[in-house]
Amino acid sequence: MSFLSYLINGISLGSVYAIIALGYTMVYGIAKMLNFAHGDIIMVGGFAVFTIVSTMGGSSAVGILVAVVICTVLGVTIEKVAYRPLRGASPLAVLITAIGVSYLLQNIALLVFGSNARQFTSVVNVPALKLAGGELSISGVTIVTILSCIVIMIALTAFINKTRIGQAMLAVSEDRGAATLMGINVNGTIAVTFAIGSALAAVAGVLLCSAYPSLTPYTGSMPGIKAFVAAVFGGIGSIPGAMIGGILLGIIENLAKAYISSQLSDAIVFSVLIIVLLVRPTGILGKKMNEKV
Amino acid sequence: MAMLEVRDLSVYYGVIQALKGISFEVEQGDVIALIGANGAGKTTTLHTITGLIPAKSGSIIFEGKDITKVPGYKLVPMGIAHVPEGRRVFAQLSVLQNLKMGAYTRTDRQEIEDTIKKVYARFPRLEERKNQLAGTLSGGEQQMLAMGRALMSHPRLIVMDEPSMGLSPIYVNEIFDIIEEIHKDGTTVLLVEQNAKKALSIANKAYVLETGKIVLSGDAKELMNNEQVKKAYLSE
Repeated sequence: MSFLSYLINGISLGSVYAIIALGYTMVYGIAKMLNFAHGDIIMVGGFAVFTIVSTMGGSSAVGILVAVVICTVLGVTIEKVAYRPLRGASPLAVLITAIGVSYLLQNIALLVFGSNARQFTSVVNVPALKLAGGELSISGVTIVTILSCIVIMIALTAFINKTRIGQAMLAVSEDRGAATLMGINVNGTIAVTFAIGSALAAVAGVLLCSAYPSLTPYTGSMPGIKAFVAAVFGGIGSIPGAMIGGILLGIIENLAKAYISSQLSDAIVFSVLIIVLLVRPTGILGKKMNEKV
Repeated sequence: MAMLEVRDLSVYYGVIQALKGISFEVEQGDVIALIGANGAGKTTTLHTITGLIPAKSGSIIFEGKDITKVPGYKLVPMGIAHVPEGRRVFAQLSVLQNLKMGAYTRTDRQEIEDTIKKVYARFPRLEERKNQLAGTLSGGEQQMLAMGRALMSHPRLIVMDEPSMGLSPIYVNEIFDIIEEIHKDGTTVLLVEQNAKKALSIANKAYVLETGKIVLSGDAKELMNNEQVKKAYLSE
């Protein structure tokens, strides 16, 4: 029974990684850059909810909504101010800028909220589910997290396949120049990608802080890096890959904590990544790199 | 008034000047060929017209509107389509999805369906392979797809960059036949080609580019008999 509960908690943690990884993988697939500030958007989302709900006494729904709006605007602004001027610059310059933005967000949060950990009150008020005569208890946050992840996955897949802007994303991810020749506004499409990724980061922030209720300016960095690992693990650029990578990572991390060592769990997670990349350099669902001769 | 007027166009890549003030005109109903060796500036000219590269100076007027500074994606609804060098089809998407991408700026679903039918009528092989991924098509088929995709936006001016590059002789003939058909249907064609003989045979007017300058221009049939052109481009 305890194995099952570790597994379910792993899936729940993995769902949060998956939602964050979706943002990483979409931005990578479409803008061809690694947005290392993505993890810190999660932290901003967490603080937005904290401020609305705990400090100002607002309702959870308002808190979540405000967090999503703030993160979306922040994501689009970062893209426009920091990344767009570097379009066409070397990938290294963009990467360093992204790391710079990450530190900028952390330090602004440090100035505004200080370095003390805040106690985050869960905004998910769903009762726990008791199964097998009370032996297996699944918390409300766990259920909501897994369900959100499934809904987001389905909605995102439908969005990309059924809408015009989704089609534009597909075209831009494959060939920016050819997309322009089709009449697609490449900068606009990239901005929408950042908006969606950042809105998802806000949702991930809310879920993460509800499950692990301690909030600091550095809250987003470790989950951000792990979600990046999950995205690479699943095959960066692939949406189902981010999902599978995230959930597998969550399960591995939780089972490693439970059965091997909680101190070594992160080391185990990263070792698994290294092994997967040695065997399959493009990740589980990664596209094969066809080298043209 | 000409459909497309290019005036004193200069383009730089960093400090290197790729176009040194070229001027030419495309009249409605023309097939214009730009010929020249590698590096003469043919592709640069097309990319500047369709907004992929900014011009340093000079102007580009399309149907009376100055499009020199108009971003590339806004030119498609204005009536210019560009078939790029190397086809640039979306390899991971199906043939049908590629065609639909070509109609990105169109919103009337019925009209899009009708246009797809017309494209299939012109390129029956695309219909046979409509669910196949574009990356798995042969070079000639990809060229047909790139042309069909460009036609999806109902262009009045179609710009083609090296449509015969890398194709077998049979496909080369087929592609040039199709360009003539597209022209007969009322679309103006601006063609860049290294296959000067073929290009001059279907064009009514031609310009010869050499290191960023137009060195010769005139009636395509006359250029075909020009000793200089014969020697440099027709390998006679």
